[in-house]
Amino acid sequence: MGRYLIPLGVFLLLAVFLGVGLKLDPKKVPSPLVGKPAPEFKLARLREAQSTISHEDFKGKVSLLNVWATWCVSCRAEHGVLMELARADVVEIYGLNYKDVREDALRWLARYGDPYVDSAFDPDGRVGIDWGVYGTPETFVIDTDGIIRYKHIGPISAQDLQETILPLINELKSKRG
Amino acid sequence: MNVFYRLVFLLSVLLAGPAIAATNTYEFSSPDEEERFKQLTEELRCLVCQNQSLADSNAGLADDLRNEVYDMVREGGDKGEIVDFLVQRYGDFVLYRPPVKSSTAFLWFGPFLFLLVAGILVLRFVRNRPKKVAELEFSEADKQRVAEALRAAEQEKGAR
Repeated sequence: MGRYLIPLGVFLLLAVFLGVGLKLDPKKVPSPLVGKPAPEFKLARLREAQSTISHEDFKGKVSLLNVWATWCVSCRAEHGVLMELARADVVEIYGLNYKDVREDALRWLARYGDPYVDSAFDPDGRVGIDWGVYGTPETFVIDTDGIIRYKHIGPISAQDLQETILPLINELKSKRG
Repeated sequence: MNVFYRLVFLLSVLLAGPAIAATNTYEFSSPDEEERFKQLTEELRCLVCQNQSLADSNAGLADDLRNEVYDMVREGGDKGEIVDFLVQRYGDFVLYRPPVKSSTAFLWFGPFLFLLVAGILVLRFVRNRPKKVAELEFSEADKQRVAEALRAAEQEKGAR
């Protein structure tokens, strides 16, 4: 009897490995920045080009940093969700306009709405590299101490928001009090 | 002959791919710098098209990261520093040669584990076999039957 169990065991082991492999998305690379302070940066604002915005702006509240660009198709897809979230007024959403043209970005926000409390402008993507950005859209959840708690890769769906991001925001908010 | 030339053409087109892949040309002040740059960009992985190295990829991000590596090489950064810079931002994923640590232990030692298990199974299989062969013993009756059969075959040959 035992000898028939061996091939069966081998098959089950293989099936488990292949099954796990199917579930993994190679496009989602875990960020080493989670649990670490937000990388330092200082960039011109998208709207008021003379003034600057920096990592210091995240301190003292829970915030999101959304990396986006007008050339990014899936950014358009998540835009509605971000607008929805901005209207709910539960968290401050910051924008990082990545490798884009200022006029295009401003036109885009005028047309589809601006969910961001403030936007940084990173035309050459240097700050993007410091944040480990490799594809837009990406969204970071930053806690009151300026520590990155979560990174979402790809467009945020309503489901992602409900099941992952909002509970995390609430948890981080309650910690403060 | 025509076919031969076509094949040569096809092959040369296929092989030309890597030559046109890297878009920028870089200038170095020493062969050592150039060597370091080459080694690094071939060992680091592009995160957008994950089966290509930074040296091969045409993706915008690969171009940015190549420039970043180039700047660091020109500023005299050694290999370890530059690799650390990228790992801090993108994780071990950028390395084609992942480091040995607890999370990658299975990756490194898994194949040996499988080899060990397979070796044990083969050993058991081989050990079990000769026993069965040894069980086949000729009795006196068997020997007689063989002798008879041989004699009969001999006679048949002679009769022909």
